[in-house]
Amino acid sequence: MELLLVLGVPFAGGIVLALWGHRQFAPELNSGMSLLTLLAAAGLTGRVIADGPMLVWDRAFFVDPFNVFLVALTAFVAFTTALFSRPYMRIEAHAGKLSPNRLRLYHSMFQMFTFTMLLALLTNNVGILWVAMEAATLTTVLLVSLYRTPASLEAAWKYFILCGVGIAQALFGTILLYFAAEKVLGPGGTALLWTDLNQVKGQLEPTVMSLAFVFLLVGYGTKVGLAPLHNWLPDAHAEGPTPISAVLSGLLLNVALYAVVRAKVLVEGAVGTHFAGNLMMGFGLLSVVVAAFLLSRQKDIKRLFAYSSVEHMGLMSFAFGMGGALATFAGLLHMTVHSLTKSAIFFAVGHAAQKSGTQVMGDIRGLIESNPTIGWGLMVGSLAILGMPPFGVFASEFMLLTAAMHEQPWATPFLLTALGVAFAAIFGKVQPMVFGAPTAKRLPHPPALIPVFVHLAIVLMLGLYIPPYLAEWYRQAAALIG
Amino acid sequence: MTSLPLWSQLINLFAALLLLLAFAMLTQRRILSLIRLFAAQGFVLALSTLVVGYATDQPDLYKSAGITFGLKVVVLPWFLHWLIRKLNVQWDIEAVINIPVQMLIGIALVIFAFNLAAPISEIAGTVTKSTLGIAIASVLLAFLMMITRRKAVSQVIGFLAMENGLFFAATSATYGMPLVVELGILFDVLVASLIFGVFFFHIRETFESLDIHHLEKLKER
Repeated sequence: MELLLVLGVPFAGGIVLALWGHRQFAPELNSGMSLLTLLAAAGLTGRVIADGPMLVWDRAFFVDPFNVFLVALTAFVAFTTALFSRPYMRIEAHAGKLSPNRLRLYHSMFQMFTFTMLLALLTNNVGILWVAMEAATLTTVLLVSLYRTPASLEAAWKYFILCGVGIAQALFGTILLYFAAEKVLGPGGTALLWTDLNQVKGQLEPTVMSLAFVFLLVGYGTKVGLAPLHNWLPDAHAEGPTPISAVLSGLLLNVALYAVVRAKVLVEGAVGTHFAGNLMMGFGLLSVVVAAFLLSRQKDIKRLFAYSSVEHMGLMSFAFGMGGALATFAGLLHMTVHSLTKSAIFFAVGHAAQKSGTQVMGDIRGLIESNPTIGWGLMVGSLAILGMPPFGVFASEFMLLTAAMHEQPWATPFLLTALGVAFAAIFGKVQPMVFGAPTAKRLPHPPALIPVFVHLAIVLMLGLYIPPYLAEWYRQAAALIG
Repeated sequence: MTSLPLWSQLINLFAALLLLLAFAMLTQRRILSLIRLFAAQGFVLALSTLVVGYATDQPDLYKSAGITFGLKVVVLPWFLHWLIRKLNVQWDIEAVINIPVQMLIGIALVIFAFNLAAPISEIAGTVTKSTLGIAIASVLLAFLMMITRRKAVSQVIGFLAMENGLFFAATSATYGMPLVVELGILFDVLVASLIFGVFFFHIRETFESLDIHHLEKLKER
C-alpha cells in the first residue's frame, strides 16, 4: 500500500503539474506532492524496518534494507529541493529567464524524475531498472536545456547522446545477464527478477556474467559519472537550473551506482573471483584522481562542485568495489552524507549565483557581508564536503581510508593525495567568494535557506552520532551487498 | 525438430541482411535514403523476430514483432521524414572520415564483434546462436556512424540503428526479453525520438543550422 503511494504520488504529481504547472500556486503544489511522497516513503521505511524485506505484486517490486534507505533519502532530498526551487524558480521567472510553459515543463518533469528514480530503486526486475534509468535521462534532458541558451543546448545534447550511448551498453549488459539467467531459470519474466537471480547466482555462466558486468559498469558508470565517462556531468550541472543540478548530484548518480552495485552482487556470486570489485575500484580510483586534479582549473562555481561529485562518486565506487563490512558501511554512509551535503551546497550556490548575477567564481565576492546565511551555508557546506571533522563526510572517508589501508594499501597514497588536492582547490576558491568585498544585489523573493541548514545539520549529526537503528540498517544493507 | 535447420538458415539470412544494411547506412550520405535504410532494417528485424517466434513457438514474440513493425517501420520513419521536411535538411556534409576508410574500420569492427561473441555463441543453445556476432557488429557499426556524422539527424538515426542492433541481440541470443521489459524499452525509444525532434527545433532556432560543430564549445579550458 505504501509502495503504491510512493510510486503513485509523484506520477500523479507529474500529470497534475503538466496541467497546472504554470499557475501561481504551482511551486507550492510541487512541494506538497513531494511532501506526500516523503510521507509515503517514511511509511514504507517504517514497515520494512518492522517487518523485514518484502516482495510485492507477484514479486514485481521488492524492498530490502539497501534500497529502502535510498528510497527514504531520495524522497527527502526531492522534498527539500522542491522547497528550495520554490523561491529559486520564482526569481528566475522574475528575471525573465523562463516563460510559463517552461515552468510547467519544469514542475511536471521534476515530479516525473522523482517517479523514475523511485521506480528504479523499487523494481525487482533488472530490465525495468534499465527502463527507469533511461526514463530518468529523458525527463531531465529538457530541463538541462530549460534556459535555451547555446551553452545549455549543447550541454543537454551531450548529456542526451553520451548517456544514451552509455545506457545502450547497459541494455546490452542486461541482455547478456538475461541470456545467462535464462539457462538456469528458464525463459519468461522470472529470469530477470533480481531476487530470483540472487538465489541462483552461483550457477550462472561466469564468462557471460563477466562480459555482462563490463557492459553494465560502462553503461551505468556513464550515469554515475565515473572517469573517463564523466564528460557530460559538469556541463549538465553547470547549464541546467540549480534545483536540477542538486537532484542530479544528490539522487541520479546514487541511483545509477545502486544499479552497478546490484549487478556487482550477482556477478561476484557467479564468477567467484573479485573481478567485478576490482573493476569498480579501478574506475573509482581513476575518477577520484582525475576529478581532484581538474577541480583547480574550474572557473564556474557549479562546474567546480560537479567535479567534486565525480570525485565523491569515485570514492563510493571504490568503497563498494573493495567490499567487506567496513568498506561497504563507509560507502553507504558516504552515499547518504554526500547527497545531503552536495544538494545543500547547490542550494547555497544557486542563491549565491542569483545574487551576484553570475556563475563565474571570480565575480562572486563577499557573500558573508551581503547575505550571511548564504555565505555561511556555502562555507560550512564546503567544509563538510571536504571531509572536515566533525561532519559525516569525515566519518565515512575516515572509515573508507581505514578499510583501504587494511585491504588495498597501495591505493591509500592516491586517495590521500587526491583528497588533499581537492581540499586545496575547493577551499582556495570558496574562501574569497565568502569573504571579501561584496558585489551582490537584492533578490526579488526571499531565498530558501532552511533546507541548506537542515541538510547540514543532519550531516553534522551523522558525523558525531549515528542513531543505532540507522547503523543497524546500514549493517543489514552491507551484509546484503557484501 | 526436422524443420529447424530451415528456420536457422532463414534467420541467418536475415542477420546477414541486417549487417548489409548497417554497412549501407554507414556509406549513405543522403538523409532521405538513410531513413529508408533504417525502415528496411526495422522491417528485417520485425520479420526475423516473427520467424524466431514461429520456430520456437513463443507467441510473445509475435506481439513484439508487431510492435517493432509499427514503431520502426511506420511511426519513426514517418516522424523522421516529417522532421527533415520541416527542417529542410537533405544532405549530410562530408563525414569526419571518408567512406572507404570508414568501410575498412567497419570490417575491423565486424571481426572484433565475432571474436567477442565466439565464447558466448559456444554455449548458446538457441537456434540462432551464430547471429549474436552479427548483432554486436551492427551495434558497433551504428556506433561508428554516430561518431563520424556531423548532422544531428544522422547521429540520431545512428542511435536508433544501435537500438535495432541491441534488439536483434536480444531476440537472437535469448528469444527476446520478457514482454514488459521490451515494451518499456520501446516506449523509451519512442519518447527519446520525440525529445530528439523537439531538440532539433531548439538547436536550429538557436544556431540556425543542424550542424553539431556548433555544439563543441563547452570544453575544459
